[in-house]
Amino acid sequence: MSDIAITDAAPEPHVHHPFLQHHFEDLGQQHEASTLGMWMFLSTEILFFGGVLCAYWVYRIMYPEAWAMAAEQQNKLYGGINTIVLIISSLTMALAVRNAQLGKRKATVGMLFATLIFGSTFLAIKSIEYWQHFHEGLFPGTNFTWNEVPALAPKVQLFMTFYWSMTGLHALHMVIGAGLLLWMMMRAWRGDFGPEYYGPVEIMGLYWHFVDIVWIFLFPFLYLIHGVHHG
Amino acid sequence: MADEHDHAPAHAPHIHVTPMWIYIAVFLALAVGTLLTWWVSTIDLGWMNTPIALLIATIKAVLVILFFMHVIHSTRLTWVVVIASFLWLGVLFILTFADYLTRIWQIY
Amino acid sequence: MSTVTLHDVRFVEPEGTRNYVTHDYGALSWLLTKDHKRIAILYLFSITALFILGGFFAVAMRIELLTPEGDLLTSDTYNKFFTLHGIVMIFFFLIPSIPAVLGNFLLPLMIGAKDLAFPKINLLSWYLYMIAAVIGLYIIITGGVDTGWTFYTPFSTQYSNTHVFGVTFAAFIVGFSSILTGLNFLVTIHRMRAPGMTWFRLPLFVWAMYATSIVQLLATPVLAITLVMLMFERVVHVGIFDPALGGDPLLFQHMFWFYSHPAVYIMILPAMGVASEVVAAFTRKKIFGYSFVAYSSLAIAFLGFLVWAHHMFVSGISVYSAMIFSFLSYFVAVPSAIKVFNWTATLYRGSVALLTPMLYILGFIGLFTIGGVTGLFLAAIGLDVHVTDTYFVVAHFHYVMVGGAVMAYMAGLHYWWPKITGRMYPEWWARLAALLIFAGFNLTFFPQFVLGYLGMPRRYHAYAPEFQVLNVMSTAGASVLAAGYVLPLIYLLWSLWFGRKAGPNPWGAVGLEWATSSPPPMENFHETPVVTWDAYDYPAMMKAMGETQNV
Repeated sequence: MSDIAITDAAPEPHVHHPFLQHHFEDLGQQHEASTLGMWMFLSTEILFFGGVLCAYWVYRIMYPEAWAMAAEQQNKLYGGINTIVLIISSLTMALAVRNAQLGKRKATVGMLFATLIFGSTFLAIKSIEYWQHFHEGLFPGTNFTWNEVPALAPKVQLFMTFYWSMTGLHALHMVIGAGLLLWMMMRAWRGDFGPEYYGPVEIMGLYWHFVDIVWIFLFPFLYLIHGVHHG
Repeated sequence: MADEHDHAPAHAPHIHVTPMWIYIAVFLALAVGTLLTWWVSTIDLGWMNTPIALLIATIKAVLVILFFMHVIHSTRLTWVVVIASFLWLGVLFILTFADYLTRIWQIY
Repeated sequence: MSTVTLHDVRFVEPEGTRNYVTHDYGALSWLLTKDHKRIAILYLFSITALFILGGFFAVAMRIELLTPEGDLLTSDTYNKFFTLHGIVMIFFFLIPSIPAVLGNFLLPLMIGAKDLAFPKINLLSWYLYMIAAVIGLYIIITGGVDTGWTFYTPFSTQYSNTHVFGVTFAAFIVGFSSILTGLNFLVTIHRMRAPGMTWFRLPLFVWAMYATSIVQLLATPVLAITLVMLMFERVVHVGIFDPALGGDPLLFQHMFWFYSHPAVYIMILPAMGVASEVVAAFTRKKIFGYSFVAYSSLAIAFLGFLVWAHHMFVSGISVYSAMIFSFLSYFVAVPSAIKVFNWTATLYRGSVALLTPMLYILGFIGLFTIGGVTGLFLAAIGLDVHVTDTYFVVAHFHYVMVGGAVMAYMAGLHYWWPKITGRMYPEWWARLAALLIFAGFNLTFFPQFVLGYLGMPRRYHAYAPEFQVLNVMSTAGASVLAAGYVLPLIYLLWSLWFGRKAGPNPWGAVGLEWATSSPPPMENFHETPVVTWDAYDYPAMMKAMGETQNV
């Protein structure tokens, strides 16, 4: 983007990196600012998910039996596979960042793509789960049906509210993450990243790992509640 | 509140490339943790089931934060942001439960 | 990079050079700007418009309350009016005001940076605000909301027949505007200070913005998720907050107030920052106890998170937790009191100039103290049982929010007006407006303390006849207050074309923002300053300029 300068001004001491934004002094400051910014955004996410988790725990303490019964409706196999899938995607994401740091263009794209594949697998399995649950009448609202122990039905519905909203919010974050991964892949393919500029991949990684951490907690909370009445 | 960047910042970002084996090791630990938490949930340990599940989940999260998210070699400020977020969440939980858990207490 | 001394005018552009206003022309150059100064101006227009809207609801209510009968507005309409007054004033005026207008404009200038850390996110903040405002306006036109700005369940989720979903969605969006502004400020203050600008050389306004940003960052997400649950419950009716279905309405209140109490500190901390700046500049002294004032901002931000259920003393929380919250609520007053003591000590034997910003701030100090102390009355559970949900509470929060935050906003607007616009406002008209506002404010709200104490409940369009005299006084005060607010609208606009042109430092104040032109150039400083002096180093500046200090 540089024009031919016909001046007698002193030349610039260093070449302007194409991705250095002009309000920053240098790439180091830019990198530190963007990483700090992403961490601060993640702290808002911790409180966002934390808020609904607090509500979940209030009712779990109030209705332990209903919560245990409701968790039995969950498909632990799908939940468990999804947990492993997401952990693998975190590994591939970390490796993508590493590759970007080392300037390995194709390997970066490859690992980002792998992350996208595993993330999509998670979403596919989740969709199957949602579809099954919906057809079993486990979506809260007018179509909710649950006939064992009718007295506890409203509280099981409350559990399902938390299940659908928490996993739904989580899935929404994953969909956004998938979109961001695609964008990162395009940039990596273009050769944007290297040892002196890999910030975007790193903050992509921070976001993705955070979404993984949320699931690390959601899995035991929503699938593995040990029952009181029968094991 | 002294910040280590009161002088002009470094020109290029500070790179720390984590060795592959650490990533693999953390991944294996996470996978084992998942299987462990599933297995423990099938055994009746009474009131201990929940704290154990929480503990395993917390350890997994800490591993992801320290190694996958590079916090172990991040700035002090990053540590402050991470810890403060969980602390604030703790305030929400503790003071909310201070109400719920004491509602059944009687004053006589 | 060059070392700059206090009265160095090296950064000042020659007359006629382009500044941030004249840098570019055309609507798109403003609507797609990334310059923090232009974004601040965009916010200035938006929040002024919304302040007028919020004021309209207040005027209608005060006219209704001239008579004991509910004769002007039906009770449903009155409910909508106090709800919308609260929502517009809190979410769309008070919370953005000082941070989005003054903070945006001044923060990079005060720390010697070219812009905020994330200029595009800054613009996004404004667009989120505008989208929320448009949704809110649509809701108002199509019937409004009548739940109170507090959206208590199960009325809001189950029984209200108004646009609860829409307005909570608007609040959700404007919350993200707030979060992103806070995030931007925090990263900017940490990573973009000029060389030599150490933490303890920062102006106290920056410390105040830092503390405010922490609250915005950590409290607002909890409001966001609470509103999401509210919206879900409103649509699906599963009983998250409905006792008939096993839910607890108090859970909503806990989560709502976890944000909304710290939110009041989002409103007052920036005001305190402005107070420190104006007190220093118009007494020509260092702020007494600088580090105490700085640390007290952080203390308020932290302690403010520990007290929320003092809004719920009569709602049904356990008496044990009520005692804990009451106890903690007394603590949060301490750092605020420390600030008031420090400002007062600064005023002592200072060279006090009773110019408009100082008049507003003197009013602020007094009115904030009254408001704050009445907050302590409310923190006492025994007293609160009698005066909660009465006009006592209404008076308390208007003293701190209007007598406090709005007056400080006016002070800041006037103090930095020459920097922002390059023009001086007309001093005598401004002083008149300040006095009208002060007198009108007290006449409006002091009677309300008495009304509340005597038992008049809030949020009712009708009242017992024995309360009429005080209500008439309050409405009379409101008309004086309204006149006081209209005046600046007129003369500040007038000053843009006809005001006396201002130089870089018309007040002779110490601060990096005064070392550059008025209005500043697009890039703020054409060389990055290197800071070697303390905040408010008036003694050094005056010595350098040959003045003797009057201490």
